[in-house]
Amino acid sequence: MSSSAAAFDARRWRPPPLVRSARLRWLIGLGFALYLAVALGTLEINWLRVWEGLDRGWAFILAFSEPDFLTRWRDIRQGLLESLTMTVVSTVVGIALSVPVALGAARNLAPLPVYLLCRGLIALSRSFQEVIIAIFFVAMFGFGPLAGVLTLSFATIGFLAKLLAEDIEDIERDQAEAVRATGASWPQWLVYGIQPQVMPRLIGLSLYRFDINFRESAVVGIVGAGGIGATLNTAFDRYEYDTAAAILILIIGIVMAAEYTSSLIRARIQ
Amino acid sequence: MLEVTGLTKRYPTGDLALKGVDLTVAAGEVIALIGPSGAGKSTFIRCINRLVEPTSGRVRLNGEDITRLKGRALRRARRRMGMIFQEYALVERLTVMENVLSGRLGYVGFWRSWWRRFPPEDVAKAYDLLGRVGLAEFYDKRADELSGGQRQRVGIARALVQDPELLLVDEPTASLDPKTSRQIMRLICELCRERQLAAIINIHDVVLAQMFVARIVGLRDGEVVYDGRPEGLTPEVLTRIYGEEDWTAAAPSARAQARGGPETDEERLEGLV
Repeated sequence: MSSSAAAFDARRWRPPPLVRSARLRWLIGLGFALYLAVALGTLEINWLRVWEGLDRGWAFILAFSEPDFLTRWRDIRQGLLESLTMTVVSTVVGIALSVPVALGAARNLAPLPVYLLCRGLIALSRSFQEVIIAIFFVAMFGFGPLAGVLTLSFATIGFLAKLLAEDIEDIERDQAEAVRATGASWPQWLVYGIQPQVMPRLIGLSLYRFDINFRESAVVGIVGAGGIGATLNTAFDRYEYDTAAAILILIIGIVMAAEYTSSLIRARIQ
Repeated sequence: MLEVTGLTKRYPTGDLALKGVDLTVAAGEVIALIGPSGAGKSTFIRCINRLVEPTSGRVRLNGEDITRLKGRALRRARRRMGMIFQEYALVERLTVMENVLSGRLGYVGFWRSWWRRFPPEDVAKAYDLLGRVGLAEFYDKRADELSGGQRQRVGIARALVQDPELLLVDEPTASLDPKTSRQIMRLICELCRERQLAAIINIHDVVLAQMFVARIVGLRDGEVVYDGRPEGLTPEVLTRIYGEEDWTAAAPSARAQARGGPETDEERLEGLV
């Protein structure tokens, strides 16, 4: 009968809580509940207006139930092709730019100044939404797909370089060390010690970014950066909801097809 | 052929891992470096091929001062020293052949290695070595499909394809079962004898070290506390290396095994497994 065994009560045992102090635990819970109540209180909901909106929404959906692919088919086709081209070009350019940035942004590869520079570039790219970057590039280079391609390439860096850099930082160190021990040069070390370890992730992220870039190409078109978004915007401006519906259906179809294909490929390379 | 004098390593955290280690290894001599975890065994062999930068001291390989080399000269020195790792350290997504050929990276240019267009002599040499370690038909398998013992054999082939003068072996058996451990130790020692290779083998299994290696160096807290024949590892010496523990059971039986030689050991092992 030791004293520690006496202090332990098998029936009262519970796993230690996330927040140790009971007072702090209650304080956090109460604070959260209070905030929620106050936040809900500040919402001014006009239920009459919501009711009317439901009605209008239904009319909208009805208008969309008869998509018209034919009347503006030439415009739609051109917009889609432009969007696909923008997607392919911006994804390829984006990857080509992201890989060196990712190498520089991996703390286990790059010296501190290079690391800070590359991390800064990534932060810059991530801090702006695509539409804002698109507005900026449209202002610089005028309407059209060039602004869109630049936007999407720049946005790709923020996404791909960041996630790739994190994967590089997570590599198995001893594999890379073994390659260094053979007398490999730095580029050889990258190709044998690092690249095989991050390749599945790079391919997966690139395919995923391809999807995103296609979707975003439709959005940036609305602010004049070319692609199917521009066609969609025109259709809305002309109150041609049936054409707009057709465009939306095509975008959804292509995004789903791309996502399905990329998930198949990603599953195979693991 | 390897002369280490006053080798000291202080990590940025302030830990003094090596306190002026002196060690000389003759051509073709195999030594086992034993000692508790944290004694500095890993740091010691990594300071020799400069995967870890020594703080002070000198390492000479056949008269050449390794500690002062930079860039290309350092890479040339590294290719003369093959290294074998505890967790095998194969690049898992590469094939067995690519892993072995990575031992030739110090000899070929970048584009050749990028396109995997190694000189045919290198490929032939790699294939022969795979045959020697018993994995000839595995060359196109991916490294992560192999078992632990097989991976370590690939690791051995990768080190040997470098045509090294010295092998640096870091806990080659720590992740293996007892039978595979002995097979791997035997293979390493045989290959060293065949090729007149010098080797430093870090190992924490004292019995295994006594069984295969004629010279044992004991390291404790970054200092050499024993350097001699395996028979000299009395309980007092083991206490000096590892600290207080009942060594009487381990030491005499280990000595008996060592005298019996590998043949007896093999028989005993067959009985065990």
